[in-house]
Amino acid sequence: MAKGIMYIDGQRVPFDGEPNVLSVIRKAGIELPTFCYYSDLSVYGACRMCVVEDERGKIETSCSMKPRDGLSIRTNTARLLQHRRMILELLLASHNCSCTTCEKSGDCRLQELSMRFGVRRVRFRDSREESTLDDSSPAVVRDPSKCILCGDCVRMCEETIGMGIIDFARRGYNMRVSPAFGRKLSETHCISCGQCAAVCPTGAITVYNQIGKAWRAIHDPQKRVVVQIAPAVRVAVGEAFGLPAGQNVLDQLVTALKFMGVDEVYDTTFGADFTTIEESQEFLARLEKGGPFPMFTSCCPAWIKYLENENPKYLKNISTCKSPMEMFASIIRKHYQEKDAEDGRTTFHIAIMPCTAKKMEAARPQFYHNGKPDVDVVLTTLEIINMIKESGIQLPQMELESPDLPFGLGSGAAVIYGSSGGVAEAVVRYCLPDKSKNTLRELQYSALRGNESIREATVQVGEREIKLAVVHGLINAQKLLKEIDEGTAYYDLVEVMTCPNGCVGGAGQPYGLKQKKQDRAAGLYAADRAAPFKRAEKNPVVRDFLKNYTDEERHELLHVSYTD
Amino acid sequence: MARVEEIIDSYGCERHHLIAIMQDVQAEFKYLSPQVLELIAQKLDIGVAKVYSVATFYENFSLEAKGKYIIKVCDGTACHVRKSQPIYNAIREYLELEEKQKTSADGLFTLETVACLGACGLAPVVTVNDQVHSKMSPELAIELLDDLRKEEAAHDRD
Amino acid sequence: MTATKLTREQLKVRQMKAKRALEAQHRQVLICAGTGCIAGGSLNIYDRLKEACEKLGVQVQVSLLHEDGEVESPSKGKELHLKKSGCHGFCEMGPLLQIEPDGILYTHVQVEDCEEIIEKTLVKGEVIQRLLYQLDGVTYAKHEDIPFYHKQHRIVLENCGTTDAEDIDEYLAKDGYSAFEKALFEMTDEAICKEISDSGLRGRGGGGFPAGRKWESVRTQPKGKKYVVCNGDEGDPGAFMDRSIMEGNPHSIIEGMLIAGVAAGSDEGYIYVRAEYPLAVSRLKTAIAKAEELGLLGDHILGTDFSFHLHVNRGAGAFVCGEGSALTASIEGKRGMPRVKPPRTVEKGLWARPTVLNNVETFSNVPLIIRNGAQWYRSIGTEKSPGTKAFALTGNVVNTGLIEVPMGTTLREVIFDIGGGIKDGKKFKAVQIGGPSGGCLTEEHLDMPMDFDSLKKVGAMIGSGGLVVMDEDTCMVEVARFFMNFTQNESCGKCVPCREGTRRMLEILTRIVNNEGSLEDLDLLETLACTISETALCGLGQSACKPVQSTLKYFRNEYLAHVVDKHCPHCNGRKKELQIDPELCKGCGKCMKQCPMDAISGQIRMPHVIDTEKCIKCGACWGCCPFGAIREE
Repeated sequence: MAKGIMYIDGQRVPFDGEPNVLSVIRKAGIELPTFCYYSDLSVYGACRMCVVEDERGKIETSCSMKPRDGLSIRTNTARLLQHRRMILELLLASHNCSCTTCEKSGDCRLQELSMRFGVRRVRFRDSREESTLDDSSPAVVRDPSKCILCGDCVRMCEETIGMGIIDFARRGYNMRVSPAFGRKLSETHCISCGQCAAVCPTGAITVYNQIGKAWRAIHDPQKRVVVQIAPAVRVAVGEAFGLPAGQNVLDQLVTALKFMGVDEVYDTTFGADFTTIEESQEFLARLEKGGPFPMFTSCCPAWIKYLENENPKYLKNISTCKSPMEMFASIIRKHYQEKDAEDGRTTFHIAIMPCTAKKMEAARPQFYHNGKPDVDVVLTTLEIINMIKESGIQLPQMELESPDLPFGLGSGAAVIYGSSGGVAEAVVRYCLPDKSKNTLRELQYSALRGNESIREATVQVGEREIKLAVVHGLINAQKLLKEIDEGTAYYDLVEVMTCPNGCVGGAGQPYGLKQKKQDRAAGLYAADRAAPFKRAEKNPVVRDFLKNYTDEERHELLHVSYTD
Repeated sequence: MARVEEIIDSYGCERHHLIAIMQDVQAEFKYLSPQVLELIAQKLDIGVAKVYSVATFYENFSLEAKGKYIIKVCDGTACHVRKSQPIYNAIREYLELEEKQKTSADGLFTLETVACLGACGLAPVVTVNDQVHSKMSPELAIELLDDLRKEEAAHDRD
Repeated sequence: MTATKLTREQLKVRQMKAKRALEAQHRQVLICAGTGCIAGGSLNIYDRLKEACEKLGVQVQVSLLHEDGEVESPSKGKELHLKKSGCHGFCEMGPLLQIEPDGILYTHVQVEDCEEIIEKTLVKGEVIQRLLYQLDGVTYAKHEDIPFYHKQHRIVLENCGTTDAEDIDEYLAKDGYSAFEKALFEMTDEAICKEISDSGLRGRGGGGFPAGRKWESVRTQPKGKKYVVCNGDEGDPGAFMDRSIMEGNPHSIIEGMLIAGVAAGSDEGYIYVRAEYPLAVSRLKTAIAKAEELGLLGDHILGTDFSFHLHVNRGAGAFVCGEGSALTASIEGKRGMPRVKPPRTVEKGLWARPTVLNNVETFSNVPLIIRNGAQWYRSIGTEKSPGTKAFALTGNVVNTGLIEVPMGTTLREVIFDIGGGIKDGKKFKAVQIGGPSGGCLTEEHLDMPMDFDSLKKVGAMIGSGGLVVMDEDTCMVEVARFFMNFTQNESCGKCVPCREGTRRMLEILTRIVNNEGSLEDLDLLETLACTISETALCGLGQSACKPVQSTLKYFRNEYLAHVVDKHCPHCNGRKKELQIDPELCKGCGKCMKQCPMDAISGQIRMPHVIDTEKCIKCGACWGCCPFGAIREE
């Protein structure tokens, strides 16, 4: 890794291992503008906004420049500013500038930079080709008229997710980002992970917005609105209100939701404890029966969709457990059945998730009962942020209020579901015969936690040494499957999360790079440490419920098959 | 489709032969249908969006069925200077092509322009199914197409 | 019967046999089989000649040696050698037929002429006057006397037009592959790079980067897989030098690449050829197959440990693939989009491996340098730009075609001595050099030596070597628009300045050409050109504005004619009919005064009318109407 001193606008700036000059400039406190630079993806170098000038007056992009000892560059010369303004003007000329009504307004990089660089006039004629909005996906909406062709979504879909659903089509001025043959997303194998929307700097790909539906339910006196909040949401929602990533604001969020008119607020960790128990028991049963191995976790709906679309032979390896959200939803459905009959209201279930694929999951026929989905609306963290802001609620100023009982209580093992490795760790905590504090503490330092995209660990369960793998970023799961296919790898249990860093990096979360996602995960591990009980089976309410369910009920409520 | 598979197999299903495979397929079938591209994607184990992306990048690939005769009017510098545009216009008119239409209603002719064919000494040139016709004029071009049409009509009567 | 793979000694024997066989040939008839002449029907002429000869009892031979490397038949000294040669370069005059050793060049030969040629020239030794080249009343019987060839210095193109491109033995007979043999057995990799560096050979594809330095960079990369790639994606409109070499002398490219392989430590090469050059592809494939047969390509070449495999890739229609990283992406089966550098191609080129990437003409020079030495090469051309350069001379010039001249030759020599001056006695105005990435040169540059650095200084570049000559009737704004249209169409779309910027420049230029532009448009054009040239990702984008910038510099008055006068003397004015909108016309009479043709009539304060019979569509009225009442119909 290169080390040395660079001169940025005449100031000495040391560098140490930064991948490019852009990172050094940003480290020095200058927010050089970019559209196509997303540090978690490959360098594309197309937007040309990050250009800098060297001593000889040569202009180059800093994203593709390697730091060199003694290198001297300028970041804000008259020429550079003129070029940036021109590039912005060119982009705006081909952009659908209906900003005020845009989903992304206020959060759009093109808008922000145009403002920053004072582009007040576009001297070119609007000669855009007409384009059609694609709202066929349950997770995202594509509006090609707002696309600036930075290619972030294309690289995300290909490099991190490994799906390659959207790509560039045609070339030159006619270039577009599009699925094959200009098809709608619903006609492709898109898994609804929404990461394309998460990296889109403009409103070209946005999360499918269901705020209206949620408000209507909240405002309908006939509806009993019941909310569950996923673990990853509580450590990200504060970011929109000036709080640092990772700060747990669950209790403020509960109050805010109550202010907004929600009847009951519950915690998805309650559902996750069911999942841990069911999944662990299934795993132990498989150990007894001898397979099929590896057993794959089933919490991530995008992962399941991927197997269905691309690799169905592994569907049998998926755990039969529903995801925590859907387990919770069936429990609530059952729980409120009688009550609904009693008071004549209908229960309306809103799940607040860090995830866009959950919108797709909620719409699956497996999770429909009596013509009604178990989860009526899935709102992403971003949508709930919008609703809070719409209500004028200052989240940080909210009183603290715990989620309602009986479904407001979860174990520490359930909170960490939101981070990559959390599900596997929860299962291990259940399966380990030695439940001492020290054993738990040791797990912390195992490969179950960390940022590596593929991590392996072994634990001893009885006689048997269990091989585990934890994968995040779907492309890594694809690599792993290939190794399993080829027989070069063997695992007993594999946790897969489609999004980088797991649910904390979900596409429904506020925009963030790797560091932010890691901070959120750290927030969840802190919540685990503070939790009164660490293991799923210690959850008294869960234990009670399980005791009361018949085997049949248990199967119907908590398990699902994707193969029929 | 069996033939397409044969072509793909002849390249050992290797990804980097994607362009060559599409060229060979198009040489035989004149265009690349969605089914063909899907098959190629599947056999080479690449996303179909990627295949579509590559196919639409290069000018030579056609995703639409083309006429029996593909007429290319060279619009390279030399041909342009020697008035290739009027030839193109005359052919358009003769074939009664509407705005974005490239293939005549009878499916016989597809009209395209092509960047320099390198036969600048013979400018302006027109190719019909890759056969070069040199020193063309609007009149000569129409005559050429007329002959082809008559030939086709005679064929049909036989 | 398959020929056995040659050893070094066997190669030398075969070269000698071929040389002797060639010397023994009594008479050769070379029919040009370049794309141009084939389009003119030269292959039919070949067939007819062969047929007619057989009918007349003249013995015909078509190849130099037998497949096993033996002499075809005991030479009786009487038979006729009929050959399909590469491009003579004089495409304007095609189909061409050359008779050796007499050196007679027949032009515009038709199938009907074949019998006459045999009976008169071949049998009786008479020259057919009407088939000879004529200029200014002078008839030229001999090839070398023709002014078009006289001033040229053909080293790279030497074999084009004089040898049968499909016969490897003809190449061997002319010392072919001896440079490779020398490099392989007598030189170290370092010495080869040094020789190329010493020769001063600079890349012929555009920028003129020293080839030796490039090779040395690849050579010194850590060991492992390396590639040699030949850029035959000659996409400049109006340029066809590389095509002629690929068609006419394919073995020189193969030999050049082999030498690069030895020098850089590579065992695999690719030649990327434009899709529009099917003949070049087939000639190269034939040549590669032949070379493989003889063991000049493949494993253990000439019995050594050196192996080299060569593939031909066809382009699929994208000008941008002439850019190095786009080209390698295309070979990899991807979209031909350039990538940001670093890393450079010499470090991470094809499949992210170190890669020597040169163009056709560059590789073609290599065997000559190795064979004759760096000093010999330096004796040609200028000090900073040694060697020759092939140009494609087109446009409004008397002799169009392919030429090769020493670097540093002046434009005047090229256009007036070789090209025979401007067509139809018109005046010279400008020449566009280097295609859409180059700039234009004017009268004041006629005596400037053409080499890499002199051209760069005046905002032009050699590029791949297209020379489009324009006469006094050419509208330079229209020329700029034409090239901008080209680059705009060929922009890959990756970076914003090129994708959006060229499009906007084209819009503005079109507006100006149509006399609808404003002075603000000129400023915008210049600002845009500045941003695009300084911030575009690749060379194509960075140089996309050169034609606009240089025409703005040298022919600003023509832009002003379009913008201010709304009338360009070169453009035949406006193409559409002008009419006065009676609703808007206030009858001020300004237009009536401006009209040079007295085509406008009308009473004061009453709507005026344009007599379309008299109107020359100059647009003078359009420019002066304060009410915008004059419309195009």
